[in-house]
Amino acid sequence: MSTNAAVAGRDDRRILNALRDAPRASSPGAISATITLGWRALLKIKHVPFQLFDVTVFPLMMTLMFTFLFGGALAGSPREYIQFLLPGILVQAIVFITVYTGVGLNSDIQKGLFDRFRSLPIWQPAPIAGALLGDVLRYGIAALVVITLGLILGFRPAAGVIGVVLGVALIMVFAFSLSWMWIIVGMKVQTPESVMTTSFLLLFPLTFASNIFVDPATMPTWLQKFVAVNPVTHLATASRGLMHGNADMSSVLWVLAASAVITTIFAPIAIRMYRRER
Amino acid sequence: MNWAIETEALVKTFGATRALNGIDLRVPSGSVYGLLGPNGAGKTTTIRVLTTLIRPDGGFARVLGHDVAREGAAVRAKVGLTGQAATVDEDLTGRENLIMVGRLTGLSWKRARSRADELIEAFDLVDAAGRQVRTYSGGMRRRLDIAASLVVTTELLFLDEPTTGLDPRARNQVWEMIRGIAAGGTTVLLTSQYLDEADRLADRLAVIDRGRLIAEGTSRELKASVGGNVLHVRIQGPEHRVIAEDVLTRVLGHVHNGGDPLSLSAPAATEEGVAEALRALSGAGVALAQFSLGQPTLDEVFFALTGHGTEEEKVEA
Repeated sequence: MSTNAAVAGRDDRRILNALRDAPRASSPGAISATITLGWRALLKIKHVPFQLFDVTVFPLMMTLMFTFLFGGALAGSPREYIQFLLPGILVQAIVFITVYTGVGLNSDIQKGLFDRFRSLPIWQPAPIAGALLGDVLRYGIAALVVITLGLILGFRPAAGVIGVVLGVALIMVFAFSLSWMWIIVGMKVQTPESVMTTSFLLLFPLTFASNIFVDPATMPTWLQKFVAVNPVTHLATASRGLMHGNADMSSVLWVLAASAVITTIFAPIAIRMYRRER
Repeated sequence: MNWAIETEALVKTFGATRALNGIDLRVPSGSVYGLLGPNGAGKTTTIRVLTTLIRPDGGFARVLGHDVAREGAAVRAKVGLTGQAATVDEDLTGRENLIMVGRLTGLSWKRARSRADELIEAFDLVDAAGRQVRTYSGGMRRRLDIAASLVVTTELLFLDEPTTGLDPRARNQVWEMIRGIAAGGTTVLLTSQYLDEADRLADRLAVIDRGRLIAEGTSRELKASVGGNVLHVRIQGPEHRVIAEDVLTRVLGHVHNGGDPLSLSAPAATEEGVAEALRALSGAGVALAQFSLGQPTLDEVFFALTGHGTEEEKVEA
């Protein structure tokens, strides 16, 4: 428009210069886009450290509460009990954190940020992959905090550092598979709060009706049946085994198989929903 | 003619609602094009189809020569989008947002950082660049949002209601910015509910209502298509409004109510009609502060085209 040139002021000239200097777009590789979006997840943790509060404080409270309230009654002493409890608490802590994948996705969608991502020339699932990358850090921090507290309270994993690392790694594998479910929930519901509510409805029975806190031997038969097929039970058993050096390989395999099944079912659905319109 | 956007019989349905009911649109390259219509008319849906965010259910759309349904990646590489909601990450700083977009459009970390600094300078965000976006004012956020759409060469920029919710000063800044962007040769398609905004910025306008394009042309053409002049009167006190409305409706056929409680306008096909209306007003005891004969405003054009105003009938998109 000819009038545009006439009214071009100082601001306009700066914008014109910036436009003239604009580099050409090219499509970043899938890995590069994922790393950039993982970097974004790190920045969010850096700028809003409060989001780590529930990630760390909740498991700390659970550990202290269960160790000292029930430790004596369940295992003779808190020190005895924490050997049993700690790997399980770690499972619970990380499994609960998986919800944040769905919460973060939902808030990106609601705020319109996903429109930006989806209008960019990137490998389309990169925002999801980047979010999962950011989750690794969250899981890691939660694991570090819980294990440190455990060590202070007398947790002594027989399999040492390697056993603990393997245990945490197995929990993370399962956590990633679970994240896909929350990604689907995150795309379906209207608010981040409803992602929380929906997923907690599933996660509370899943973590409490397991062998995380007590040996299921004293539970009623119907509950024992559920506990026996609950993947969280197998995960707790497997990570206990790995950390204490008496791993039962069948439970490790059970967890890996369950993770593979969950991922195979939910990841394609999540990615298809994500590619499709909103 | 070189078209930046061409659509033919574009249809998009959401359940039982036809959000787009056969839109034919042609946007010339290098122009600022305004898409006007009330809430729920289909403006945002049109933009979402053209930026490949949603697929059309029928018809055809070509953006910069690429079919949106089949060559989405090619379209995404050339267009920029600033959506209605802020499309920047509130938790990050302004600079980090621009670096992120740079990385996601294929720049190296180094170039993404230097590009971010160039844009921060150009869009007057130097003081705010290191702060989290959640602390920004509406105007700053919108400037950042637009800057994020211009990190790489953008041949076509979509701005969905770029000034909604901004105060007048911030709105002026965004207008300046849009003029600057257009002067640089980028085609701009903007949507607006503010008819004066489109009147000021856009070379051509399309009016859409209920998923259909009901008028297209320059703002002068649109005004002319409604035909005739309009009598604008400004009454001295709001207590005379009802009487003034009655009188004008009786003499001139209908009255258009703008947002201003003191001003009314009515179609004025003939000089006799105007003279009679003014006589009738003074006869009824309505004291006028001002009267004038002029072209219709776009508000009146819209009313004439759709039979309802821009603010009525708010259907959710």
